[in-house]
Amino acid sequence: MLLELKHVSKTYEIGDTVIRALDEISLGVAEKEFVAIMGPSGSGKSTFLQVASMLAEPSSGEIFLSGQEVSSYNEIQRAHLRNKQIGFVFQSFNLLARTSALENVMLPLFYAGYGADSSEAREKAKVMLERVGLGNRLNNTPAQLSGGQQQRVAIARALINDPTIIFADEPTGNLDSKSGEDIKQILRELNQEGKTIIMVTHEDDVAAIAKRQIVFRDGKVLSDSAVHHKSSTTSKAKKQKGRS
Amino acid sequence: MTVASVAKLAFKSIMLNKSRSFLTMLGVIIGVGSVVLLTSIGTGLQAYVTDQFASLGSNILYVVPGNPFGENGGFGGEQAMIESTRPILKRSYFNQVLRNNRDLIKDGTVTAINVAEAKYGKETKKVTLYSIMSSYETVYSSPAEKGRWFTDAEEEKAERVVLLGKKIAEELFGQVDPVNKRVLLNGQGYTVLGVLGEKGGGFGGPSFDNYVYMPLETSFKYFDTELVDSFIFEVRDKEQIKESTLAIEKTMSKYLDEDEFTVFDQTQLLTTINSILGMLTVGLGGIAAISLVVGGIGIMNIMLVAVTERTREIGLRKALGATPNLILLQFLIEAALLSVLGGLIGLLIAYLGSLALQPYFPAKVTLEAVILAFGVSTVVGLVFGVAPARRAAKLSPIEALRYE
Repeated sequence: MLLELKHVSKTYEIGDTVIRALDEISLGVAEKEFVAIMGPSGSGKSTFLQVASMLAEPSSGEIFLSGQEVSSYNEIQRAHLRNKQIGFVFQSFNLLARTSALENVMLPLFYAGYGADSSEAREKAKVMLERVGLGNRLNNTPAQLSGGQQQRVAIARALINDPTIIFADEPTGNLDSKSGEDIKQILRELNQEGKTIIMVTHEDDVAAIAKRQIVFRDGKVLSDSAVHHKSSTTSKAKKQKGRS
Repeated sequence: MTVASVAKLAFKSIMLNKSRSFLTMLGVIIGVGSVVLLTSIGTGLQAYVTDQFASLGSNILYVVPGNPFGENGGFGGEQAMIESTRPILKRSYFNQVLRNNRDLIKDGTVTAINVAEAKYGKETKKVTLYSIMSSYETVYSSPAEKGRWFTDAEEEKAERVVLLGKKIAEELFGQVDPVNKRVLLNGQGYTVLGVLGEKGGGFGGPSFDNYVYMPLETSFKYFDTELVDSFIFEVRDKEQIKESTLAIEKTMSKYLDEDEFTVFDQTQLLTTINSILGMLTVGLGGIAAISLVVGGIGIMNIMLVAVTERTREIGLRKALGATPNLILLQFLIEAALLSVLGGLIGLLIAYLGSLALQPYFPAKVTLEAVILAFGVSTVVGLVFGVAPARRAAKLSPIEALRYE
């Protein structure tokens, strides 16, 4: 198992009431899986994503990443882990304003130890932006890019440190359907290339691109099932699996 | 990851947000600029007055009627005004003091002040007549720039001659050389013997350059008054100011009661004036301190607003792998760059301001003011740049990302 959660709970206190956002969750995600996390709002799917991706700490339980127990990591270790092993794609893109696409993509490289002006980092970021089809938009700031383009910059940023898992939180939630299709296509391709993706969504058609769907309700897993794809996609994925 | 590389990042961040950076700096600029400029005015004033007194010589003793320093050491007062209108001091006392104390006192002069209307050609001016003896030239080191001083003989014979201060000479005669011209004082003709070199003088108050200098006996004879303003004595040795004061008092007390006259030197006068100027400097310093506080609050405000706005940015940076220390370091460097740069701009403005004031006012930028203003602004800038960032860096990435 690449990622494994054992009896993970997350509780919040709002005033006197204790909210149990995650209730004793235990599940595992294997390498190269593409998991869609679904469920109504308040079901705990977003909390699951935050806890599993090291953005938030669990209240109890253990999390293992590549066999390593990471739930007891301190703040600095967690920061390094997020930097090197995890890529984030947010619903609202979260790009730095007034900062070029290239510099946005370079940001995780900076925290990985590249210099602020490293030409190697610049070259890497450029290659990554070309890969998401923005080779001609390197110096545009977020304000000069469409939503779909901004999300592609965010995906390039998520990929730049070659992470083990990509976490995507409603990646198409703020996009029109055409841009949404583009992002879905990119995510599908990334998975076919062997990236493990865990994606939160409430849209069925977006969830349909994943290979496995986990439905949350009241902080618990309601269902966990494989998705049946059109044969072409499945066979292609199988072929890739065979190669690696 | 080196500090230099974080510094580059901080610099980029400043350049990417020029208006925010400028507003942040503005507080520092105003704080430093106003404090340095205001204190430069106070200290400049003090230095100027001290210099003026030093240029008049510090081996001078004055004898005036009554007690001009009053009971509280202040200058002036009603009693002094009344005393000075009574003819108490007499030329004969002055002569006696000189005769009795040749060993201590080198020379001296009696002074009297009158006003008159001076006229040359079409030019008419109200002027102050400063009546003195010819020894005034050496006692007060006021040589004639043009022409010559009157002699002892001319003074004693009450000749109708005058010397002019530089400014009044220009005002009455313009481009014409006044030497040997006749000027009318209250309608009577006087020959101008010479023009004195520039001496300067108080702000708005009487200036030596505006006086018309007249032989003492001449003014006694033609202005119908024997009222003497003061005796001025030049002491041979500065170290003997105290002895000389006592000696003069001893001679004078033969003619007058102790409380009818006062002997004082310039240090006494200077002390009084400096205490007034000191108050002025403290007052200006107070204004400066208020500007520093206002500037500081400005810095705090904009820094707080900036960090609130940047909490989401901090969340994102944390999500992407920034450790809290790196975030703090970046904000520390940004705040330091802005504070120092703003401080330097403020200093530059204050310096240019003091230069611009120079023709009218002897403003003087002091190191203490620079250090104080720069130090306080920088510390305020750093503390309020970093403190909110510290708070934001402690939030979990997800809390910071959702911050609004």
